[in-house]
Amino acid sequence: MNLALLQQKLLAAARLDRPSDAVPYAFEQRVMARIARLAQDTTDLWAAWSRLLWRAAAPCLGLTAALVAMALFSGALQGTTLTLGEGLETTVYAVLTEPGE
Amino acid sequence: MPLFGQWQTASPVERKDEDIVAAVRQGDTASFEELVRRYQPRVFATARRYARRESEIEDIVQEVFIKAFQKLDTYRGEAPFEHWLMRLAVRTCYDFLRVHQRNREHHFSDLSVPEQDWLERFVAEPDRAPEDAAAARTLVRRLMEMLSPKARLIITLLEIEDRSVKEISALTGWSVPLVKVRAFRARAEMRKCLQKLKREQYL
Repeated sequence: MNLALLQQKLLAAARLDRPSDAVPYAFEQRVMARIARLAQDTTDLWAAWSRLLWRAAAPCLGLTAALVAMALFSGALQGTTLTLGEGLETTVYAVLTEPGE
Repeated sequence: MPLFGQWQTASPVERKDEDIVAAVRQGDTASFEELVRRYQPRVFATARRYARRESEIEDIVQEVFIKAFQKLDTYRGEAPFEHWLMRLAVRTCYDFLRVHQRNREHHFSDLSVPEQDWLERFVAEPDRAPEDAAAARTLVRRLMEMLSPKARLIITLLEIEDRSVKEISALTGWSVPLVKVRAFRARAEMRKCLQKLKREQYL
C-alpha cells in the first residue's frame, strides 16, 4: 500500500469536504442572553460586596468608638508629654532604636 | 419556522465593525448582536472542522463570542475585526481539542463496509479511488480524530484549509519556526496513523 499516496488522497478528500456554515435559528439571541446574564452576575457580585461592606461599617465604627471611650476612661491617652510629631517619630524609629537607649 | 438562519443581505447603512466595537466599548451591549450575526456562519464553519456533535459546535461558537465580548478591550484595531475574531475562534477550537483529547484512542478495526471497500479499491487501483466518495471523507475524519490536538490543528490549517505558515503563525500565536517544526511532526504523526491502518487491515 502506497501510504504517501493514500495520505494525499485522504487530504484531498478532506479539502473537498467543506464544513457547513449553517447557523441554528436565533443563535445570536442565545449568545446575547448569555452575555446579559454574565453582565448581571458581575453586577450582582459587586452589589453583594458593597452591601457587605456597608453592613460591616456600622459594627466597625461602634467598636472604634468603644475602644476610644475605654482608652479615655482608663487614662491611657492622658499623662503623655509627647506631641503628635514626637510620638510619630518615636513610633517610626522604634525598630531602629537599641533596647538600651 | 426554518431550522437554520439564512445569510443576511447587506443593507446600505451597514455599520463598520470598528464603529460597532466602539459602541459596545461605550456600553451599548446590544450592538454586539450585529457582530455575532455577521460572523457566526464563519465561526460555525471553523468549529465544524474540529468538533463533530452539533451541541459541542454550538458550545464552541458561544464561547468564542463570549470571549470576544469579554476581551473586546484588547482589540486594538490594527487588523480587521474578523481576523482578531478568527484568531480567537482557532484558539478556542484548539482548547476544545486539548480538553477532549482523552477520546482520541481509535482503531481501524471497526471500519464500515464502504470504508473497507474504498481502501480495497485504493490498494487495487490507487489512482482510481475517488476522493469525493463519502467513505474517503469518513476515513479522513477518523484519521484526524486520531491525531494529537497540535497535529490536527496544523494539518487542518496547512493541508486542508491551505493556509500559509505565516497565516497559521498569526492565527495560533506560535512563531513561524515553531509552526514549521509542528507541521513536520504532524505529517509524521499522520503517516504513523496510516501505518497503523495498514497493519490493522492488511497484516
